[in-house]
Amino acid sequence: MRLITFPMERDYSLTGPERQNAFQRGLAGADWYRTPVDRKVLKHLMKRTDWPATRDISIWVAVLVGSGAGGILFWGSWWALPFLFVYGVSYASAADSRWHECGHGTAFKTRWKNDVVYEFASFLMMRNSVVWHWSHARHHTDTIIVGRDPEIAGMRPPQLIVLCLNLFGIVAVPQGLVALARNAAGILPSDEADLIPETERRKAVRVGRIHIAIYVLVAFVSLWSWSLLPLVIIGLPRAYGIWLLLVMGLPQHLGLAEDVLDHRINSRTVLMSPILRFIYWNMNYHIEHHMYPMVPYHALPKLHEVVKHDLPAPNPSLWNAWSEIIPCVLRQLRDPRHFIRPQLPEGAGVWEPVQSNLTA
Amino acid sequence: MPWIDACALVDIEEEDLVRLDHEGRTYAIYRIWDEEVYCTDGLCTHEKVHLADGLVIDHTIECPKHNGQFDVRTGIAIRSPACEALSTYPARVADGRVLVEIP
Repeated sequence: MRLITFPMERDYSLTGPERQNAFQRGLAGADWYRTPVDRKVLKHLMKRTDWPATRDISIWVAVLVGSGAGGILFWGSWWALPFLFVYGVSYASAADSRWHECGHGTAFKTRWKNDVVYEFASFLMMRNSVVWHWSHARHHTDTIIVGRDPEIAGMRPPQLIVLCLNLFGIVAVPQGLVALARNAAGILPSDEADLIPETERRKAVRVGRIHIAIYVLVAFVSLWSWSLLPLVIIGLPRAYGIWLLLVMGLPQHLGLAEDVLDHRINSRTVLMSPILRFIYWNMNYHIEHHMYPMVPYHALPKLHEVVKHDLPAPNPSLWNAWSEIIPCVLRQLRDPRHFIRPQLPEGAGVWEPVQSNLTA
Repeated sequence: MPWIDACALVDIEEEDLVRLDHEGRTYAIYRIWDEEVYCTDGLCTHEKVHLADGLVIDHTIECPKHNGQFDVRTGIAIRSPACEALSTYPARVADGRVLVEIP
């Protein structure tokens, strides 16, 4: 038996030594544990329909337009603040889950509707829709596999200052703009090139140019009118409205194991109120989503009922989830190898990972 | 190539598929409606995931892992991350059995 020890700090890039390590250990492109679900039940859960997303997107757009209009109307007075508060959360925190679900193509049955919402939400989130499509596919192939997963938010040791600053996008927004500008200039850095096939790279450059052109135009209008308002409506909400997404979204994997082939061990399901679940489109059922990414967001609560006997007990609230995460993250500052081991229920399916024989 | 007796038609629900392993290769056999059947390679061209766990919508098969889509009639990839087409094979129904012409 080969004993593998990890250094205190790991290299989370996709082209560093951890990439080779993931391949050598059979963790790249491996088979993952899935709670067995009867095919008929699963087919029912996977069924696509346009209605729930049409309703929910309509409400979202109405809230965006209404709160944005309020912010513009009352601009210059304190009355604008509550409108911009709602607008920012809708713009950034709610857009992420729309981006995510439509990126999977599961929100609507009609393909073009998924694509339109995906592109719109990608713009709001300052994400290149092509780059992030491939990034998220990799996240599903190699969830929290160091050196392979580009979407590991909780690196060890934790960068607490960056995490806190990003509650208001202070690091992430400049990073996002720089990444888009780089793509617009025709540059795909090595981590992005590792994800995206040659045939898709021109599209990524085109998307980068469109996004940057819009932001330059908005900045120009802001300067020309000598008012922050255009930027407060387009662009800056990605900073001032993102905090709720981090509160809801970071618990997906934060504090849990790296380099395991079982989503029950590296992902977290947290029960939330209906309002938060509307904003987050049920992505709080995160273990379920990773096991069966074809199940649309509106069917995830039903999937949870079907598989919960085989999953760790969900955190009953966000408060409860953060109560276990914060001490863990603080301990990781001095011991990056520390993580939370979820307790599987008695009789849960045995994790017998089939490791991959892929080579780098 | 010989015609292989793959399964009974009733073994496949309408708008569904089954997996067929033959001579060391995996195939997917689709039943769209009544006796309309198709056959393709059984592994997604993106990351070799078994399509048999996927979802058939009209004439499309969606990969269960990354939601890439293919047209089962032509094998053409119609949604990324699937980019490369699936190989397709002739399929027909005779006397309630699904026959496929595979190597």
